[in-house]
Amino acid sequence: MSRYSVFAVAREAFRDHQGWTRAWSSPEPKRKYDVIIIGAGGHGLATAYYLGKNHGIRNVAILEKGWLGGGNTGRNTTIIRSNYLQDPSAAIYEKARSLYEDLSQDLNYNVMFSPRGVMMLAQTEHEIRGYKRTAHANALQGVKTEYIGPERVKQLCPIMEIRGPRYPVLGALWQSRGGTARHDAVAWGYARKCSEMGMDVIQQCEVTGVRSEGGKVVGVSTSRGDIDCDKLGVVVAGHSGHLADMAGFRLPIESVALQALVSEPIKPCMDVVVMANTVHGYMSQSDKGEMVIGGGTDGYNNYTQRGSFHHIEETVRALVETFPMISRLKMLRKWGGIVDVTGDRSPILSKTPLENCFINCGWGTGGFKAIPGSGWGMAELMATGHSPLTESFGLERFKEGRFIDESVAAGVAH
Amino acid sequence: MLILTCPYCGVACDETELSAGGEAHLTRHGPGSSDGEFEDYLFMRENPRGVHFERWRHVYGCGKWFHAARSTATLEVFGTYSAQVLIPPDDIRAAVSAKVPGWQWRDLT
Repeated sequence: MSRYSVFAVAREAFRDHQGWTRAWSSPEPKRKYDVIIIGAGGHGLATAYYLGKNHGIRNVAILEKGWLGGGNTGRNTTIIRSNYLQDPSAAIYEKARSLYEDLSQDLNYNVMFSPRGVMMLAQTEHEIRGYKRTAHANALQGVKTEYIGPERVKQLCPIMEIRGPRYPVLGALWQSRGGTARHDAVAWGYARKCSEMGMDVIQQCEVTGVRSEGGKVVGVSTSRGDIDCDKLGVVVAGHSGHLADMAGFRLPIESVALQALVSEPIKPCMDVVVMANTVHGYMSQSDKGEMVIGGGTDGYNNYTQRGSFHHIEETVRALVETFPMISRLKMLRKWGGIVDVTGDRSPILSKTPLENCFINCGWGTGGFKAIPGSGWGMAELMATGHSPLTESFGLERFKEGRFIDESVAAGVAH
Repeated sequence: MLILTCPYCGVACDETELSAGGEAHLTRHGPGSSDGEFEDYLFMRENPRGVHFERWRHVYGCGKWFHAARSTATLEVFGTYSAQVLIPPDDIRAAVSAKVPGWQWRDLT
């Protein structure tokens, strides 16, 4: 596979762009692999990539039911931040954020990481105290954030109405190195590198069963035949419960719909990401000029990738108060993704009751930002059986009562 | 928009009138139970892609809790029934079996 560079662009310009090759191959599945990863979304592909890069395991297949990055990886609002309260969360999200900084160079693929800054608005007295506490916790964790006052908020984001009647902006938690990235490019970049390392990215291959012998995983049954493996990684987000059922264990997870929407493109007016958690809405402007808006999840279990209209209405109504200038914007489209939510709103990266079967799920509403860190930790866990990044995120924490409680702490719009 | 009929007041309620209460027919474990049983009760969920039994509350109406049988794969509602039962009544079971051929009933007792 040819390397992408300014010289490659110049070379191809002189020969009518005939020399570009496919970014990744579409091979037929082999009989057996050392490792099979189920799910070619960001987390699955990142796990495979770091298995190859950090641990030298390259006889790997990544199986995908639909198409590459067609699940939540292509359905999120692309926000990247690491301002979490609890230490294990801050560690894995900060690892991810720092990997994002030079991911384009590492993958030789432009993921368009834009560290434009993320602010989480404090609109109640309680939130002020909460975010000040998070800022102090982040200082101890080595994550650079600061608590800023309303004047600074207005300076960073002039289109905001900070003296709204119901929800005035009283301050914000500001992470200047947070931002956004191009979500599809993250999946495509990882897939290209995995393919380059000799891994097989197999799309349109649905796993229909997990085969085991004596409590140990030996392979999977798929719509394209049986495939054997020594180790199995299940990285399928909203459909984790379905796969766990095949593998014979239960998960503390419920799948719900989370929606997002984008407006028509307008001229650049906002160069930061703003999250308003009291009113359940967040917004950023894409490079194309669209305002990208996300809200809260529906309250009931759902696998249909479409959510309730009244949630969209609530989100927009709340944002219009804080950003009066968007009241006349037309919305282009909305969509829903199925997110896997755990009891403590923290992910599960863990061994399972089935030996040599590992699971990475439960990222809920905030998985995109974690992709590189999650892949890094999951690969280490699968290759060596232990990873400092994932050790607190085991399945057994629910039985032992060692929760990593981010449901209130992270202040995210669940 | 999800519309459920409240089995108590008979009103066909829009979901904005209701509050979702999660999976129904959980076995409640209390003092004297093992860690595993307590974990099951508090955190483990069926989370099926298909027929799901749920608790709902008619918050902006009569205020009562009730049960609903619903598909998470199609959003179809099979029926609603009283909160005073431990397992779905026969008419609900018949409605689910008729609409979802091959549906395997797990032990709900």
